[in-house]
Amino acid sequence: MSVAVLYAVTGLGLFSLGLYALIVRAHLLRKILALNIMGSGVFLVLTALARRAPDGPPDPVPHAMVITGIVVAVAATALALVLLRRVVETTGQPRLPDPDSE
Amino acid sequence: MTPRGAAPWLRFSVALLLVGMFAALAWVLLGLPPRSAGLQPQVAAQMAVSGVDHPVTAVLLNFRGYDTLLEMAVLLLACLGVWSLSPAVPPTDETPGAMLAALPRQLVPLMVLMAGYLLWRGATGPGGAFQAGAVLGAAGVLLLLTGWRLPVRWQGWRLRLLLIAGVGMFVLVALAVVPASGVLLGYPLPVAGTLILLIEALAGLSIGVTLMALFLGGEPGASR
Amino acid sequence: MAIATLLGWALDGLLMLVLLWLAWRVLACKGLFRAVVLFIAFGLVLSLVWVRLDAPDVALAEAAIGAGLTGALLLSTLARLDALDAKQDEDASS
Repeated sequence: MSVAVLYAVTGLGLFSLGLYALIVRAHLLRKILALNIMGSGVFLVLTALARRAPDGPPDPVPHAMVITGIVVAVAATALALVLLRRVVETTGQPRLPDPDSE
Repeated sequence: MTPRGAAPWLRFSVALLLVGMFAALAWVLLGLPPRSAGLQPQVAAQMAVSGVDHPVTAVLLNFRGYDTLLEMAVLLLACLGVWSLSPAVPPTDETPGAMLAALPRQLVPLMVLMAGYLLWRGATGPGGAFQAGAVLGAAGVLLLLTGWRLPVRWQGWRLRLLLIAGVGMFVLVALAVVPASGVLLGYPLPVAGTLILLIEALAGLSIGVTLMALFLGGEPGASR
Repeated sequence: MAIATLLGWALDGLLMLVLLWLAWRVLACKGLFRAVVLFIAFGLVLSLVWVRLDAPDVALAEAAIGAGLTGALLLSTLARLDALDAKQDEDASS
């Protein structure tokens, strides 16, 4: 088992942690943070698997994908944060309405 | 309404499911071949015709140019989404302290220089349009945080032109090389390096301005 | 040589643990401000990880965007939520 695979498993752990928080946390800002952590986990898996090259430079294709991914993630986060602001302005609540408990 | 979010039994079952998912995916990861060069040999073999000397830049701007082109479009769409949701947040009237007012004057020129260097450096080493754009965007955010406001005459078509410059130049180059190479984005080798630098320069500028515009949190100058 | 390898392993192990711990704290700690600051720290540690994985391009992008710009966006949103008086985060459990 190499260090690269361990980093990939760490990325998987980040993804799982983020997904758990995305489901159980109610505050929308916390959900946005959870999505970002999930994305970081996916990036970590990709970059770690690119590092498996034997004694050579790492695979540049996943690196390029992760760089575009980081920029898309920040754009999506900005959009999500504006949506969150609109939800708060409209409903006065920083969470989605829960039909079961109203 | 339960203020503490999901019920305990729900939390427990979600956690159980996710542990199962983690175990299954980890099993797959550990079963992958421990040594694999991936696409690195293919990229290395094609480096001579890419027009640049850095593999990541070659992949981003040449081999997988479509990805980057569409990614620029995604960035533009995110900006459009933000603008359509709300007008820019009215700036507060707080005047920054002496230190905070002086800081960007020292830092922003350096950051612009840094962005230019990263852009130029992208042809041969780590760097390129995304990193340069990120540094430019950070410089813009720093200016906005220290009391600088987008001048009104820049809020109209000038800002919009800067926002679309990256994706616009990308599409123009993609179309312009069709007669020479027969395919979209198939740069002819003698001018590949120049075309990539041209695209990167405008893409970096657009990325920087888009990130700054996203930080404004809405369409500047619009009223609700 | 062996010591350098050992140190490298130790650093890698430490980075992985810190990354997981920071992610858990971001998602579980009380208070949104603390969560956002921890998230910025998470981005910085992640850019160290990119360097360890021989991905300096990704590290540059992460340091500027993941840590800097995302943090600024989150903090400014937090300030606006504060103004709207919607920052109460009662579901903060650990």
